[in-house]
Amino acid sequence: MKKWTKITMKAAIMFLAALLTGCASNKPSITVYNWGDYIDPKVNDLFTEETGIKVVYAEYANNEEMYATVEPGNVNYDVIFPSDYMIEKMISVDMLEPIDTSKLTHYTQIDERFKALQFDPENRYSVPYMWGTVGIVYNTKMVNEPVDSWDILWNPKYKGQIFMYDSERDSIMVALKKLGYSMNTRDKAQLEEAKALLIEQAPLVLAYVGDEGKGKMANEEAALMVAWSGDAMVMIEENPDLAYAVPKEGSNYFVDSMVISKGSKNIEAAHRYIDFLCRADIAAKNAAYIGYSTPISAAKDLLPEDVKNSEVAYPNEEMINNPLTEMFNDPSDLIEVYSNIWTQVKASNS
Amino acid sequence: MSRFLKRAYVLFILLMMYAPIALLMVFSFNNSKLPIWSGFTLDWYIKMFNNAGVQEAFMYTLIIAVLSSLGATVIGTFAAIGIHQMTGWKKNIIMNITYIPLLSPDIVIGISLMMLFSVLKLPFGLVTLIVSHITFSIPYVILSVTPKLKQMNYNLYEAALDLGATPGYAFKKVIFPEIMPGVIAGAFIAFTLSIDDFVVSFFNKGAREETLPIKIYAMARKGVNPTINAISTIMFTTIIVILLGINIRANKKAKVLNARK
Amino acid sequence: MYRKSLAYPYLIWAAIFIAAPLLLIVYFSFFKDGVFTLHNYQKFLEDYYIEALIRSIHLAFVSTVICLVMAYPLAMILSSRQMTNKEIILLLVVLPMWMNSLLRTYAWASLLENNGVINSILNALNVPKVQFLYGNGAVIFGMVYNFFPFMVLPIYNVLCKIDRSLVEASYDLGANKITTFRRVILPLSMPGVITGMIMVFMPALTTFLITRLLGGGKVILIGNIIEEQFTRTRDMGFGSAVSMILMLIVLGTLSFMSKKDSLDKGGGLF
Repeated sequence: MKKWTKITMKAAIMFLAALLTGCASNKPSITVYNWGDYIDPKVNDLFTEETGIKVVYAEYANNEEMYATVEPGNVNYDVIFPSDYMIEKMISVDMLEPIDTSKLTHYTQIDERFKALQFDPENRYSVPYMWGTVGIVYNTKMVNEPVDSWDILWNPKYKGQIFMYDSERDSIMVALKKLGYSMNTRDKAQLEEAKALLIEQAPLVLAYVGDEGKGKMANEEAALMVAWSGDAMVMIEENPDLAYAVPKEGSNYFVDSMVISKGSKNIEAAHRYIDFLCRADIAAKNAAYIGYSTPISAAKDLLPEDVKNSEVAYPNEEMINNPLTEMFNDPSDLIEVYSNIWTQVKASNS
Repeated sequence: MSRFLKRAYVLFILLMMYAPIALLMVFSFNNSKLPIWSGFTLDWYIKMFNNAGVQEAFMYTLIIAVLSSLGATVIGTFAAIGIHQMTGWKKNIIMNITYIPLLSPDIVIGISLMMLFSVLKLPFGLVTLIVSHITFSIPYVILSVTPKLKQMNYNLYEAALDLGATPGYAFKKVIFPEIMPGVIAGAFIAFTLSIDDFVVSFFNKGAREETLPIKIYAMARKGVNPTINAISTIMFTTIIVILLGINIRANKKAKVLNARK
Repeated sequence: MYRKSLAYPYLIWAAIFIAAPLLLIVYFSFFKDGVFTLHNYQKFLEDYYIEALIRSIHLAFVSTVICLVMAYPLAMILSSRQMTNKEIILLLVVLPMWMNSLLRTYAWASLLENNGVINSILNALNVPKVQFLYGNGAVIFGMVYNFFPFMVLPIYNVLCKIDRSLVEASYDLGANKITTFRRVILPLSMPGVITGMIMVFMPALTTFLITRLLGGGKVILIGNIIEEQFTRTRDMGFGSAVSMILMLIVLGTLSFMSKKDSLDKGGGLF
């Protein structure tokens, strides 16, 4: 039996060692939970170099997945990057720590129009990171007509050449906008109409894609895709035949912000991280890498000419101020309706 | 003719099995993200080795695999011996419970443990990962040790006791060598299951601890990425080397044993 | 040192980490905020959930049959005497099983793209482009590819154990090859076939990864619905109820296929 006791002892020691190196190392560190492909990977290294704080980085595919991971309360990420409506929801269920903006030396550089937004009117919990719009990316070699309306996604001519985003929120938004309704409608009848429209579209759709859609579009796997402006920038850079348009019926305008999750044990370090990402040169690095639009004018000025002047990333004020361009409200009360609609749509054609 | 057909069929199956793996390996050396050959490069391997996240995930995968297979082997082996001594309904109930993780879908194991850890307010991390891996590995250990116990002659153990051996000594000298192959097989299965597991880990990972399969899933979800090809090439080659090593050792052993006869 | 108490640590472990979690699923599926309700099960009665269930069973069944049809001849060939190097070939068939199924499926996903490697090869051969991905076909393909070794191994094991003298006796008694196969080999190999079918059907029925990677979001199986409840919608009650239903189906199938016989009598993987 000695051998076994030895082995068990060894196992116990290894176990402890692993635990110690895993959590209690003396080096300060923070955990960051961000969207996939939503930062220049070098930025985290730069931060560690400058501050000595290690960044443990993980990614999620969408707001809902992030929320499901964080909500039970026994996974603790320090800094998270939710979108507008998700921040509203997280504030309402008390999942966020207040952010002391006076500690953020670069906070003043953020453009005023991205502060005091509807989801966080007093700027207590969130600091804007990136913003963008939702539109249609299309391949000019495969689509010869002008793209200015969501209608094209229902055109049978493009059967099997359309990618929709695998997200109930964005897809239902497209259908509601095509119908001329608000994307924040609570009217069951309007939502039913949107559902019928999406089911009607299903046979034309090649696939409901996630982040992999970007690469597939660049690889000319399909002709049309619903996409976020930042992803569109990346795709166009990879394949110049692609173009991006925000349909005239209006669309979604979003702001993704940085927040600190409740119960974070590294609030100080989290503030430093957020501040670091607000520094103009760092924000510019990120914006250049991920293609989304920075809310910091000083950072925008540092971007290459073609990005700075791009209508995709920085549309004119007119579009943003268009009443048809909306931001999502917290849809918690509709989550079941949305999820049911989406399951039915996706399953309708298999 | 029939011989030729047979060979052709075997070849066809092997081709199907290995085509994607081979292509994956080839494209891990491709100088482009697109699946069109455009020159040899080691860039993706360099990228992989410079990726701190991948390295960390690799380390965690190994730690978890080693500890969980050890834990499962110890608990499972003793359990098999204990259960072997039981009879009647008790044994039946326990064996049925043992079959549960074996038969339930991964996803159900994953979420049920996730709910348990949530209810217990246990922070997700290394501990939850190791515990969940032990849980789904134990039945395999028990099932690979039990046949060896059945084959064993119980009288040998009694004889050892009669000859004055202490129970501990008799266990070590008589029982343990007999069941050793089963124990090793069980440990091996537990180890590979742990390395391979995605579903259960996916639901029980912590903020800091991610295993390689989870990392790969996160990368794969973003589309074609030759870094994944590089990781798979390395993982697959390692496994082939290990398995061939075991096989060669076993063959040698068999030869030695045959020679003795 | 050789007594029942050796099993106690395991019993405690099993109580906490096997039994308790299952009871939690049962609890969450029936209780909402501490009040008993059948709401979660009623919800499952919606057409599209039932359809997803039927689709899961259908796809898993088709994959199982394809696996069986492809694996049986292979197992026969490998277990036949004149085959040389059969151990190495068997190892080669089983080897991919040790490679992460995620990776293998991912490999196919990138190969089968409309502009992927296979279509490039077809293109070079002047064959028109084929759309492999995004649909039931791709998902079945992924299931067959992933679970094929699970079918080969048990059948092979059983075939190897068949007493040659029985087969020879059958020939001596005047049976031809087909009759011998039908009356002797096939019945004797049934335990292996059943184990193989279980080993393929179960993971195919419950997968959510293969559909994710190959189905293009258009194939919704029961596994995807469960996963979605826990990772997106965050409806633990409904997720638990669907898991319960899945478990019941799994257990039902198992008792239908008389698991005891095949798992205990040599058809097993080990």
